[in-house]
Amino acid sequence: MNQTARTPLVEMRDISISFGGIKAVDHVSIDLHPGEVVGLLGHNGAGKSTLIKCLSGAYQKDAGQILINGEEVTINNPRDARAQNIETIYQTLALADNLDAASNLFLGRELRRSGLVDDAKMEAETRKIMGRLNPNFRKFNVPVSALSGGQRQSVAIARAVYFNAKILIMDEPTAALGPHETQMVAELIQELKAQGLGIFLIEHDIHNVMKLCDRASVMKNGQLVGTVNVKDVTDDDILGMIILGKKPAHLAA
Amino acid sequence: MTDQGLSAQGAGPRRSVIDTLEIDVRLLGMLMAFAAVALVFTIWTGGTFVGPRNVFNIAVQTVPVAIMACGMVFVIVARHIDLSVGSMLAMCSAVMAMSQAQWLPALFGLEYGNPAILVATILIGLVTGTLIGSLTGWLVGYQRIPSFIVTLGGLLIWRNLNWFTTNGQSVALTDPNLLMFGGTEGVLGATASWVVGLIASAVAVWVIASARRTKQGHGFMVKPLWAETVMAGLIVGAILFFVGWLSRYPIPEAKLKRLFEARGEVMPEGYTAMHGLPISVLILILVAVVMTVVAKKTTFGRYIFAMGGNPDAAELSGINTRLLTVKIFALMGFLCAIAGLVAQARLQSHGNDLGDKWELWVIAATVIGGTALAGGVGTIYGAVLGALIMQSLQSGMAMVGVDTPFQNIIVGLVLVIAVWVDILYRKRLGLTK
Ligand SMILES: Nc1ncnc2c1ncn2[C@@H]1O[C@H](COP(=O)(O)OP(=O)(O)OP(=O)(O)O)[C@@H](O)[C@H]1O
Ligand SMILES: [Mg+2]
Repeated sequence: MNQTARTPLVEMRDISISFGGIKAVDHVSIDLHPGEVVGLLGHNGAGKSTLIKCLSGAYQKDAGQILINGEEVTINNPRDARAQNIETIYQTLALADNLDAASNLFLGRELRRSGLVDDAKMEAETRKIMGRLNPNFRKFNVPVSALSGGQRQSVAIARAVYFNAKILIMDEPTAALGPHETQMVAELIQELKAQGLGIFLIEHDIHNVMKLCDRASVMKNGQLVGTVNVKDVTDDDILGMIILGKKPAHLAA
Repeated sequence: MTDQGLSAQGAGPRRSVIDTLEIDVRLLGMLMAFAAVALVFTIWTGGTFVGPRNVFNIAVQTVPVAIMACGMVFVIVARHIDLSVGSMLAMCSAVMAMSQAQWLPALFGLEYGNPAILVATILIGLVTGTLIGSLTGWLVGYQRIPSFIVTLGGLLIWRNLNWFTTNGQSVALTDPNLLMFGGTEGVLGATASWVVGLIASAVAVWVIASARRTKQGHGFMVKPLWAETVMAGLIVGAILFFVGWLSRYPIPEAKLKRLFEARGEVMPEGYTAMHGLPISVLILILVAVVMTVVAKKTTFGRYIFAMGGNPDAAELSGINTRLLTVKIFALMGFLCAIAGLVAQARLQSHGNDLGDKWELWVIAATVIGGTALAGGVGTIYGAVLGALIMQSLQSGMAMVGVDTPFQNIIVGLVLVIAVWVDILYRKRLGLTK
């Protein structure tokens, strides 16, 4: 654990949130450094999405602290998160189905010319970034409801990376993607990481986790099982943490 | 932005004329329905239906409902409903009627015909409508009470506060400046109408041309030039035909005489004058154009559609959906006030039942105009056209002597059938899941 020397980009300390009686996240602490990918793992309903939604502003935590570059910040809504250069790809993608790709990509941050939204400029920018992310993408002038799951996902990814995020949250970004597109997202993650972004990656595919993540935090029933350096463990160790909810013996000491 | 469910789908490689012109199919359907209605009643009435006089009347009668329908598009697109529009209109009208006929003259000693009455009355009306709408919006957006409930309550509350405002009396309206908004009392005359028509045509051509240039500037595909020219030609043709037609509707001689006498002059022998465009129709056109620009070209409009498409996505994109809701209903109230101004001026009086059941007409016009109750989809021009179709139907039926109960039955059937046909059509095209 040599990261303690530097101030983390993001530090979530002792975060708790519950819905009614259910403790969806129960005193969880995780952190993230610039240029680092931290995997967030756990069974369905473990609380991964809920935890990152406290950071993205979708939920308000009940207790705990969020620090960015060592300073405590208040994130009450998605606008606060965006102001901190936090971008999120939600598991549900959060797209307005009736709008086209460009309108979705720029939703809440429209490009304007003399006060009016500049659709042509936004479409041109969308074409540029989609050309990088998914060169086969052609459906620029139809509502995103007419897109395939993977195409929708690439729109959501484009939205997150377009605005020069410093902190990127990706909640199962490759769930609907084909092998080729998944490979492109993997390359994108490596590229963004090289640019110094910090990335939280929620991912069920252990193979992708081993390949892309520097560290992995495992959750079970709302609690943190532990955080490990990926290069110190095998995939079986991580699977063990997810299923048994215990750190492997050789690291627990 | 695509706010049209239908125009979205490209129809494979072979492009028909409709595809090339990029006419949206639902608009085409409505225009054809309108043409059918006009044709049937023209034959039935032996031509009177399309005479300048009747066209003028239909246009004037459509205005209040059409203005409110423009606001209702935003409300319904945002997945809400406003059942209180008829009562809000009555409330605004009551306040405006009392202002011009009693309060302002009594409080400030403003004499008959003082322009200050005009300005103050309109301001008071618009503020009233906007405040009522904001209150509705606050209850819906911030307190999370379903809009159906809030506005159902509003329907009863404003209708009866209106009654208290006027002590249950009808208020006769005589201020000549305010009566200008009613229709026959406020017309541009032939010359000014032609000028307006030509300016409108020029603006339409300029908008089409500059949209094309912008697209080309970014290297996007544009329609062939002939298609663009045909579209521009159709639009300019429609504008000039409408203006020309209304400019053939003469003002009755007796009325002209009175106008001259009022100015202390004698009418020259053989003098004639035409109605031309009514001011109320100009207001509707202005409202429709501004609302279209708001819908398509402002972030406010964009957010309304986003919220209708997926409220969570809108919220997660940093849109303040609660404040947005307040703004939507405030705008609805504002438009009710304008509609009230026109409606009371047309009748030259404010009665307690002004706008009674108009919420039904407004919602019907909006829905016939292609706005989906599920939210996220709708157009301003559709709603205006919907209002026009309903008014034409009603006028036509009244002209050929269909009894009122039957008129209502027919309009009810048309509403259901219009939506049914739309659903069948969309299913056929595979546009619905
Ligand atoms: N808005 C909500 N209201 C009530 N309960 C919720 C809400 N959001 C999440 N929960 C509950 O919190 C728990 C954690 O859910 P969460 O979505 O964070 O799981 P997850 O780890 O992301 O699972 P998955 O891998 O399936 O995406 C679950 O028990 C879920 O039912
Ligand atoms: Mg999840």
